[in-house]
Amino acid sequence: MAQRPTNLARRAGLGLIAPALALVIAAALSSLLLVSTGDDVGGFWTTLTTKPENRNIVNILNYGLVLYLSGIAAAIGFRMNLFNIGVEGQYRIGAFVAAVVAGEAWLPGKANIVLAVLAAMVAAGLWAGIAGLLRVTRGVSEVISTIMLNAIAGLLVGYFVQKVGVSTGVSRSTKAIPEESWVGGIKLFDGVPTQLFGLALLAPVVGVVYYVVLNKTRFGFNLRASGASETAAVASGVDVKRMIIVSMVFSGVIAGLIGMPTLFGSAHNYGSSFQTGIGFAGIAVALLGRNHPIGIAFAALVFSFLQDRAGLLNILAGISPEIVAVTQGIIVLAVVIAYEIVRRYRANLERAHVAQQVEEVRA
Amino acid sequence: MRPNIKEGILRRLSKIAVVALIASMTLTGCGKDDNKASTGDGANASKDVCQSATGTGPKVGLAFDVGGAGDRSFNDSAIVGMQKAADDLGATCISATPGSATESDEDRAERLRTLADQGYNPVIGIGFIYSVAMNTVAAEFPETNFAVIDGFDPDTKPNANVAYLGFAEQQGSYLVGVAAALKTKSKTVGFVGGTRGDLIKKFEAGYTAGVKSVDKNIKVLVTYLTEDPNDGATGFQNPSGGKVAAEGQLDKGADVIYHASGKSGNGVFEAVTAAGDGKFAIGVDSDQYLTASADEQPHILTSMLKRVDVATFNMIKSVADGSPLTSYTTYDLAQDGVGYATSGGFVDDISAQLDEAAAKIKSGEIKVPDKP
Repeated sequence: MAQRPTNLARRAGLGLIAPALALVIAAALSSLLLVSTGDDVGGFWTTLTTKPENRNIVNILNYGLVLYLSGIAAAIGFRMNLFNIGVEGQYRIGAFVAAVVAGEAWLPGKANIVLAVLAAMVAAGLWAGIAGLLRVTRGVSEVISTIMLNAIAGLLVGYFVQKVGVSTGVSRSTKAIPEESWVGGIKLFDGVPTQLFGLALLAPVVGVVYYVVLNKTRFGFNLRASGASETAAVASGVDVKRMIIVSMVFSGVIAGLIGMPTLFGSAHNYGSSFQTGIGFAGIAVALLGRNHPIGIAFAALVFSFLQDRAGLLNILAGISPEIVAVTQGIIVLAVVIAYEIVRRYRANLERAHVAQQVEEVRA
Repeated sequence: MRPNIKEGILRRLSKIAVVALIASMTLTGCGKDDNKASTGDGANASKDVCQSATGTGPKVGLAFDVGGAGDRSFNDSAIVGMQKAADDLGATCISATPGSATESDEDRAERLRTLADQGYNPVIGIGFIYSVAMNTVAAEFPETNFAVIDGFDPDTKPNANVAYLGFAEQQGSYLVGVAAALKTKSKTVGFVGGTRGDLIKKFEAGYTAGVKSVDKNIKVLVTYLTEDPNDGATGFQNPSGGKVAAEGQLDKGADVIYHASGKSGNGVFEAVTAAGDGKFAIGVDSDQYLTASADEQPHILTSMLKRVDVATFNMIKSVADGSPLTSYTTYDLAQDGVGYATSGGFVDDISAQLDEAAAKIKSGEIKVPDKP
C-alpha cells in the first residue's frame, strides 16, 4: 500500500513528461532545420520568445478560438473512432449558407444572426451526415468519403458564389450582411485596432458542452464505448450504426460554427478571401490536444501563436514563412512521437510492476 | 475472428493515412514548387532587391500572396517594378509572404499592419486578395499610403490613402488572341485559367474575342484549373495541374495555348514544349520568353504583358514625389499598361495585324468584352 503515493506521483510525472518531451524534440528539430537552411536561428527564437503586442494577443485569441471550434468538431469524430477529415468541407458549406441567409436578411437585426447560425449548423451537419450514411449503409470508409465531400463542397460553394454572388470587378462574394446584423467585437485593450470576435465566445461554450456530453451523459458513454470497442459496444446494447450517423452529424454541426466568428465579426460576406484550411488545421489541433477539451485549447493556442508569429518571423527575422509551417508539422509529429514513447515506457513499467507483485505473492 | 483482425488492420491503416494527410495538408503551400530548374529564381530575386537596395528613397513594403515571388509571371513583374524604383529612386524594400495557405483576412491585415508599423511607405499588396485587409488597415494608418494591385474597395466608404491599381487585361488578351488565331494551323486554340473568377474571366473574354475577330470558326478550348475561387493554390501554384490541362487541350488538337494561371503556367510551357514543333504557348503578365528555359523558348509565341511593374513603379514614384496615387487607376492599352511581347520574333510577321487591332482598341473602334 505504501507504493500508492509514489505511483500517483509517477503517473502525474509521466503525464507531464510527454508534452515536455514533445516541446524539446520540436525545438531541437526546428533549430536543426533552421541551421541547415542557413536561416537566422537566434532571430527565430528571439521573435518567438518576445511577448506579443496587444493587438497580436487579440489576433492569437481570435484565431485560437476559431481553431478550437474546428478541433472540437474533429475530436467528436475521433472519440468515436471516426476520422472525419471533412471538417473543412463542412465548415465551408456552413459559412457559405450562413453568409447567404444573413445576406438575404429575411429576419431583422439579431434574429437574422440566430437564423443564419442555425442554418449553418444544419447545413454542415447534413453535409457530414452524408458520410455517416454512406458508412452505415454502404460501408464506405468515412476517410475516403469525407475527403471527396471536401472537394465537392469547395466546388459547390465556388459555383454558387459565381452564380448568386455580387461582383466586385475582380472577384465575387455573397451579398454583404446588413450592418444591424453584425456582431460587435469585445474590446480587450485600449488603443488597439483589433477586437475579440463576439461569436468567438461560442468556443468555450462548445468546449463545456463537449466535455459534459461526452463524460456525463449516456450518449457520451455510448460514443466513447463505440469508439473504444465496437464489438463490446454492440454487446452492451449500443446501436452502433445510429451512433455513427449521430456523431458524424454532431461533428458537422460544430464544424458549421467555425466560420461564424469571422463571418459576423469582420468579413460580413463569403468571398474569395474567406479563410480556407481551418478544417484541416483542426484535425491537427485535435490530435495535438489528444481530443481533450483542455488539451485542444492549448493546441489551438500553440497553432494560432505560430500562425501569428509566422508573419513577424518573415518580416523581422527574414525567415521564409514555409519554415514556420514546417515547424507546425514538426510539433504535431513530435507530440505523436513523445506520447508513443511515454506510452510504451508506461506499459513496460506496469508490466514490470505486475510481475514484481506476482513474485511477491508467490514468495 | 478473421474479419475483426482485418478491420483492425484497416483502422490502423486509415490512422496512418490520416496522419500522413494532415502532415501534407498542414504543409500545403510548400510542396507545390516547380521542381524544374528555372533560369530566373525570383524568390532570390526579391530577396536580392530588398537586400541589396540601400538608397534613401521610399521604404517600400511588398506583401505577396501564398507562393509569392518566383512565379516568373505576376509577382515577379512587381519585383521588376521594385528593382526599377531601387535603381531610379533609391527605394529600399522588404517583402512579406505567407507560409501557409490557411490565411484569413485578419492574417493579411496583420501583415500589412506590421509593415506600416515598421514605417514602410508605401505598402503594396500584390494581388486583389489584399483588398479586404487593406480596407481595414488603411483606416488605422492614415499617414501611410497603400496600394493593391488588381484591388477593389470592398465597401462604399472611400479610402483617401489607398490606390487600386487595375488593368484592362481583356485588351492585351485580345491582341494575343489575334496572334493565336493567325498562327494556328489546326484551327483550334486553348486557354488555361487559374481559378474561375471575374478577374481571370477578363483574360478569357478578351482572348476569345481576339481569336474570333480573325476567324469565327476557330475553336477555343477553355480549361480552368479549379472552379473553387478560394483555392488559389490549385489555381495559381500548380504547375502539374497546368501541364495536365495543356496536355488535354493538345490532345484535342490545340496548337496554341494561352495561360492566365501564374506559376501553374510553367506546366503549360512544359507540356507544349514536350509536344514538339509547331506547338506554342502564350505567356502572361511578364515577358515569359525571357525567363523560359532554352528548350521552352522556341515555343513561347508571345506574352500578354500586364505591366504590374509599371503600376508598382508609378505607385512608389508618386509617393517619392509627394503626390501619392489614390482611388482607382486602370492601366489599359492606350497608356501601355497592357500589351504583347515580341521577344523571340515569332510574331514579327504578323505585327501589322496586331498593330492595327491595337490601334482600333485605342481609338475605341473595337470594344473588347470583359466577360465571356
